[in-house]
Amino acid sequence: MFTAQQYVKAATLEEAWQLNQKRSTTLLAGGCWLRLTRRRVGTLVDLSGLGLDTIEETEGEFSLGAMVTLRQLETSEALNGAFGGLFKEMTRHIVGVQFRNCATLGGSIAARFGFSDLLCALLALDCEVELFKAGRMPLEQYAKLPADRDILVRIHVKKNGRRPVYRTMRNAETDLPVLAVAASEKDGQVRMVVGARPARAEVVNAPLALSADKAALEAFQAAMQSQLTFAGNMRGSEEYRRHLANVLTGRCLAALQEG
Amino acid sequence: MQVTIQLNGRPYTAETAPDTQLLHFLRDAGCKSVKCGCETSGCGLCTVHMDGKPVLSCSVLAGQADGHTVTTLEGLQKEAEEFGGFLADQGGEQCGFCSPGFIMSVLAMGKELGADATDEEIREYLEGNLCRCTGYQSQLRAIRAWLAAKEGKAE
Repeated sequence: MFTAQQYVKAATLEEAWQLNQKRSTTLLAGGCWLRLTRRRVGTLVDLSGLGLDTIEETEGEFSLGAMVTLRQLETSEALNGAFGGLFKEMTRHIVGVQFRNCATLGGSIAARFGFSDLLCALLALDCEVELFKAGRMPLEQYAKLPADRDILVRIHVKKNGRRPVYRTMRNAETDLPVLAVAASEKDGQVRMVVGARPARAEVVNAPLALSADKAALEAFQAAMQSQLTFAGNMRGSEEYRRHLANVLTGRCLAALQEG
Repeated sequence: MQVTIQLNGRPYTAETAPDTQLLHFLRDAGCKSVKCGCETSGCGLCTVHMDGKPVLSCSVLAGQADGHTVTTLEGLQKEAEEFGGFLADQGGEQCGFCSPGFIMSVLAMGKELGADATDEEIREYLEGNLCRCTGYQSQLRAIRAWLAAKEGKAE
């Protein structure tokens, strides 16, 4: 487990940001993945006192605080009602209820873990991240950036009629995904996201219509296979992941077509 | 650093290191029902309630619990004994090592899902608790019987 020399519960975002400019500082969101590391931390900055644990809804969007737990996302009727149960589907396989009561949205997104179910699923929606200093930017842009020392404050999810589905393959029910695919449809066009390759989730940059037939889907999958990198690890080989990517994108499209 | 929690209904304060897990903080406070199992968030042995919700005490730092209410099995003797009776009746505990964490999860589940929980919902809620002895069927029977008894129905 990691070690830490000092523990500070930040009173303001400014205080947390100032402390976080030192390389030896680590932000503490849920801390669930951090505790599996062997890092030597100088100062741990606890973000739990900043009121970032709320799910707020306006006419045009949901605003999710970075400290919202995975369990809050899983059980939110408003979120799951608006996005066809996506938030339950993307969280319910993650370890267990007790873990999901600790782990946070911000922890998963800011770390940009390759295995992150949340990053993969949210990329299928139209989301923006709100950073303390850099302000708002599209999640897709943020997901490609290297880790920095800014603080993820909230994630804004647009309510624009985008209809998502999420499918994963796991070796065991509560294990990390071997491969994850999220898809969404809006105005007859489909967006596909492939995660846990095991690299970070990425949007497939190729057109796919909701009405696509087998040939169109295969053309899309060929583009996906050449665009994205896949690799092997203890959960599955590169070849297996490439095969799964075709299977899961096909299932996602079928689910969207079935409505 | 100094950490103060409301532990099993009473205030408890102790000095601890910044990287102390709640698991060890609680065991040092005498709550030996909180078991140290995998320490990788996978087994559920160390489950306690923080502000009424089940959490893995191996995944929470003592500092994160500062100012919060923490309940261990020692603080839920009556409820634990009641459910433990159903567990014993159904052969739902054998070595018993997972029982404290399992019972803490079941008591939280009972409050959260209520008596109408389906078998599927119960299984899903308890996925974070591993048991190497029972195969889970006897535990499921015990939960069903316990929920029925709480509702005043014979199972």
